[in-house]
Parts: sequence; C-alpha cells; structure tokens
Amino acid sequence: MWQVVLFNVTNGLIIGAFYVLMALGLSLILNLSNVINFAHGNFLALGGYLAYTLSPALGYWGALLVSPLLTALLGVLVERLMIRRIYNRDPVYSLLLTFGLAFVIQDASRYIWGPNGLPMGLPDMLAQPITPALFFITWYRVFMVTIVIVTVVGLFAFLRHTRIGLRIRAGTFDLETVATLGVNVRNLRTFNFAVGCLLAGLSGVLAAGQIGLNPNMGDDLLMPSFIAIIVGGVGSLIGTLCGGLLIGMAAALTTVFYPSASEAVIYAILMAVLLLRPRGLLGEEGMFS
Amino acid sequence: MSAFFAAARERLPKGQDLIVLIVIWTLLVSVPFWLPLLGGYTALASKVLVFGLAAMGLNMLLGFTGVLSFGHAAYFGLGAYGAGLTLRYLVHSTPLAMLAGTLFGGLAGTLFGMLIVRRRGVYFAMCTIAFGQLWYYLAYSWNDFTGGFDGLRDFHREPIGFGRFTFDITEGETRFYFFLLAIFAAAVCLMGLLLRSPFGRTLVAIRENERRARFLGIPVERHIWISFSISCFIAALAGTLYALLNNFADPLTLHYTLSGYFVVMTVIGGMRTFWGPLVGAALFVMLQDYISSMTVNWMSFIGVIFILVVLFFPRGLLGMRRRTQSAGKA
Repeated sequence: MWQVVLFNVTNGLIIGAFYVLMALGLSLILNLSNVINFAHGNFLALGGYLAYTLSPALGYWGALLVSPLLTALLGVLVERLMIRRIYNRDPVYSLLLTFGLAFVIQDASRYIWGPNGLPMGLPDMLAQPITPALFFITWYRVFMVTIVIVTVVGLFAFLRHTRIGLRIRAGTFDLETVATLGVNVRNLRTFNFAVGCLLAGLSGVLAAGQIGLNPNMGDDLLMPSFIAIIVGGVGSLIGTLCGGLLIGMAAALTTVFYPSASEAVIYAILMAVLLLRPRGLLGEEGMFS
Repeated sequence: MSAFFAAARERLPKGQDLIVLIVIWTLLVSVPFWLPLLGGYTALASKVLVFGLAAMGLNMLLGFTGVLSFGHAAYFGLGAYGAGLTLRYLVHSTPLAMLAGTLFGGLAGTLFGMLIVRRRGVYFAMCTIAFGQLWYYLAYSWNDFTGGFDGLRDFHREPIGFGRFTFDITEGETRFYFFLLAIFAAAVCLMGLLLRSPFGRTLVAIRENERRARFLGIPVERHIWISFSISCFIAALAGTLYALLNNFADPLTLHYTLSGYFVVMTVIGGMRTFWGPLVGAALFVMLQDYISSMTVNWMSFIGVIFILVVLFFPRGLLGMRRRTQSAGKA
C-alpha cells in the first residue's frame, strides 16, 4: 500500500510541477497584460516539438536549453504582431485572439510533425530508476522536479531582485503609474509575455520526456492551470504556485482511492474556493473584481 | 407589469429597424424554399437557428450587459444532455424533454452565477470556462449514464400531441425546421421585450458605466446575475433543440471550444446589436461547413478567421451599419 501511495505522491508532485510551470506563465501574462493566453498549451507543445527536432543536432541538453528560448522568441513575435494591438480593448477580443491562435498553432504542429504521437529520446542516465525497489522513480522524474524547482526559485528571485522584475510586479498593481514613471510599458509587456512562453516551452520539453509528444498535449494541462490560478488567487504568483501543487497533489491522491474522480476533485476544489474564499487562497482583495 | 408593456410599446421598431426585421423574418420563413436551390440543405439552416439562438442568448450578457462568459457551451450542452437523458430514461415526450433540459442548464447557470457575479472581466471569463469544463469531464467520464466520449444515443424526438391533433416532427427536415423556427421566434420575442423593458435599459446602463449605475442605486450584481441566468436558460433551450435536431448529445457540445464559437459568432455579427449573433451564426456555420468539406486543415482556417475578426473587424457586420448611422458614438 505505501508503495502505491508513494507512487501517486510522486505522480502528484510531477503533475503539480507541470501545472505550476504552465500556470505561472499564464499568471504572469494575465497579471501584467490582462490577457488569458488560450494558446499557452500550444506554446508548450511547440517547445516539446522544437526540442524533438533540435535534439539530434544539439543533443538533449542543448535542446533543453535552446527550445524554450525559441518558444520565447515566437512569443515575442506573436505579442508584437497581434496581442499588443488588443491590450486596451474589451477582454473578449484577447480571448478570441489567443483562442484562434491556439487553433492555428495546433493545426500547424499537426501539419509539420504529424498527427500521431512521437517519443522523445532521453539520455541513458536519466532513463534509469534510482533503485530497483522504487522502480517508478526514474532519475528523469527527479531531474524534472529539480529543474522545476530551480526555475521557480529563479523566477521569484528575478522578480524580487532585479529592476525589470520589480517593474513587472509594480505593473501588476498599477500599470498606469509605472508608465508615468517613465518605464517603457510596451517593452515590459513583450518581455513578460516572452517569459511566460519560455516557461511554457520548458514545461513542453520536460513533458515530452514524460508523456511523449502530440499536437494537443498542452490541452489537458490548460484547464487545470486555469483552476490553479483561480484557486491560488488571481494576481498572486505565490498563490498560483500553491494552487498548482495543491490540485496536482489532490488529483494524484484521489487516484489512489477512486481513480475516476481524479478530474472531479480539481473542480470540487475550485467550487469550494469560489464559495468560501472567492478571491482565492492568497489573492488580494479587490483584484479583478 | 403594465409599465413593462407600455415601455415596450413605446419602443416598437420604426424605420430602418422595421425593414431589418421584415427582411430577417422573411428570409427565415422562406429558407426551406430557397436554400436547396443554392446548394444548401435544410438541416444546415436548422443548425444556424439553434446556434443563432444560443449566441443571441449569450449576447444578452456579452453585448447588452458587457459581461464576458466564455463557458456558455456548458449550459447549451446541459440542455442537450437534459433533453436526451429525459427522452432516453424518463418519458417519451418532446415538450417535457425540452422543459427538463432548459431547466437543467438554466438552473445550473443560475446557481453558478451566484458564485461569480462579483468577478469582472477576464476573471469572470476564466471562472466560466473552468466551471464549464467540469460538465464536459462529467459527461466524458460517466460512461454508463451519458455514453462517455461517444455521446448519448438511443433517443429520438417524439411527435407532439395537442389533444386530438398530433404534430409529427419526427420526419421531414422542413417540418422540423418550422418547429424550431416557432420556438426560436418565441424565445427571441421574449428577449427583445426584455431588452426593451426598463430592465434591459438598466443592463445597458451597467455596461456603459457600472460605477455610475451603482451610484444611481441600481443593484448591479443582481442585474448581472439575472442577465447571466436568462442567457443560460436561452442557451440551454437552444441545447435541447440541438439534441432534438440530431437525436444525439455529444460531449463536445459541453466543451469550451463551442463556447468560443458562440462568442465568435456574436462578434462576427456584431455584439452590440440584437440580430448580430444570428447573422454571425449563419456566416460561421456555413463557413465551417464549407471549409471542413474542402480541407483537413480547417482548424487553421477557423483560427485565422478568429484572428482576422479580432484585428480588423471587431465591430462585426451589423455593428458597421450602426456605426454609419451614428458616427463617433462609442
């Protein structure tokens, strides 16, 4: 029994880690630009596919480094060409725009890489289990969780200790004042969008090693990420982090006892939060309300 | 109540609006006669009516109250499943199935609306998406009861009896189209009356300036809640019609993709106009039908349409007309 529980706890940790990376990117963009990026899951898939294509040339480690950066670059392109045009308009337009973008990217990836799943090769050392007794904990899982932790700590340190990070945080609360103080808000938003896409690309590469590649691999992660943001509280990145871990763990632990309810429990948490604490676990009172 | 009707009578359509009304209803009534000549089929027109009704219901919230729901497929789908499940497991009666489906979807929306009326903008939208997906997963995973991924089958619409006279809608595309049109007309008249009433004007006031409306003592949250609820009931009604049209309820009718379609129909047609969503639905359904018969990459085309509409055509078809009428008015 303890092995089953442990197995699902590690699963929960890994799923939660994906939710966290994905939701943090979404949350960054939502906070500063007031845009829900429906295409976020497709940026994730792109990150994975780019790594797949690049890894024969650059090796796994090179691809792990380069493909998130390329995804971020694509993000810059998309933001500059399309998304920035709708910042000051009704939110319906940003939703429709990213929704259409999701369709286009998904169809393009299907066209380029084919509709069927592709396996992502891993370096041999990562594919081994740690010990034969705990056969389900491969080095890859440890590696993934480590990368996610390093990334998240890095992101928070960046937001806290650098000038740009400070501006992003300030912009979350009052973008107008930040602009008045002479900060180039246009560039700030582009940069912020790129960081969000970078996180999506990174989670794409990591997810590819775990579940393989297919054109709609990001779709299953998108909705839990939304819920992680709402549960954690809109406007709070720490909240998003906790929300992602919470629902990942809850879903995994439910799997131990009642597998078919693992999806439902996420929604139960969502309803409970909306009912009992509408601003989310760590959300600021009055944000977006 | 008499004030309600007096106000409604005062604002009866005149001039250009009256012409639009006559054109739209003439076209709708005569569809089965001219659509086949153009290479279409009547079931396509039925689909337009159903989606148009759902989009018009959504527009009451989106266009006239200024609140964005991106999860209306949930109530549409709940209506479809409500009707389908009633026909399959409870009674073989079309009107009862429609009633059950409409109540099911509408009440779900009403209850959920209570939780989120204080949210605004993208946050409201995000809550509606997430809640909508709950029903999708439920229909998807409750295999024995809902048919899971394959959808709910094994039910079909039943003839409607009025005492001695029976109206058989089970056969004949055209006959069923007119049945749909009658329901559509009733629902649309109701919406039109509501929007012309003081209640409807208040919704527009909230859209234009929520803070001012609040200062005037208008209970803003309650109005938004009622508007959300009514639009969910309309979407659910459209959903029941969709289930009857296809004799089938599909989990994809609950998916947020369909919510996105409803929103884009509304925007293509013009979300500040009453008839815009119907025009948008007609355009969207026909485009989708045409493109998906032409290429396997129809998703790209639909996606590009979304993007182009947002970037270059945000006011929609009927919105353009309104703009030429009163230039400069936001």
